[in-house]
Amino acid sequence: MTEKSNGNRKLCIITSKGSLDMAYIPLILANSARMTGIDVELFFTFWGLDVITKKKMGGLNVATVGNPSMHPWFHIPTLLGAIPGMSAAASWMMRQEIDKLDFPPVPEFVQLVIDSGANVYGCKMSMDMMKLTKDDLVDEAEVLGAMEFMELSEGAQLLLV
Amino acid sequence: MTNPILENVEFDDDGFMIDPNAWTAEIGEAIAAREELPLTDRHWVVINFARQEFDANDEAPTLRRITKTTDVDTKELYKLFPGGPAKKAAMVAGLGKPTGCI
Repeated sequence: MTEKSNGNRKLCIITSKGSLDMAYIPLILANSARMTGIDVELFFTFWGLDVITKKKMGGLNVATVGNPSMHPWFHIPTLLGAIPGMSAAASWMMRQEIDKLDFPPVPEFVQLVIDSGANVYGCKMSMDMMKLTKDDLVDEAEVLGAMEFMELSEGAQLLLV
Repeated sequence: MTNPILENVEFDDDGFMIDPNAWTAEIGEAIAAREELPLTDRHWVVINFARQEFDANDEAPTLRRITKTTDVDTKELYKLFPGGPAKKAAMVAGLGKPTGCI
């Protein structure tokens, strides 16, 4: 385990979404926190599990249906967003933009926050529901019940994404 | 007890040097001592790279750039600078508090 800060500020982030755009929010926040010496616990639940699932994390997509905020690239009306290939195209564009900012792709970013000392947990209940086991998650992830996460997050600042 | 070298150096409230151009390796050593951070050759790989980047771009490098360009990886970087490498490395290198988020 990487050495932690001496200060006691701690950030806990619950990630419940697994789309490409939503995956970056907890990762960027976790990374920024670790860079400045804040302890970080990341809890992934429901679709958020995709972000730390080995088979899924490299292929996250942007939702083009029911997403009114597709700018700055372009706006896709909901009906057009349903056309096959639209989500893949939007995801491709977003990956390009992310790369331009020198942000790593999701799998590399997850490894980066783990290497920086953030702890990563998969929600047991969601994993049971989605028939996932610990082996499906990134190697460093641990499986945790919501109750255990409550204990872990005591006194921490809590965020739901 | 303050190192006499630091007496003529201006710092902001968080301990970052106000004028990065006034930095010398001796000042870097003294800041590290103030932060109770003993410096090794590996620290200097990071500090020298940060200075070199600052001289070239007028900007401290992001941690991602440090780990991509030098042979110091993320795990080692966090071990070298406990308490947040973005803050501590920039502080010892005499650079301002970093604003990037990667």
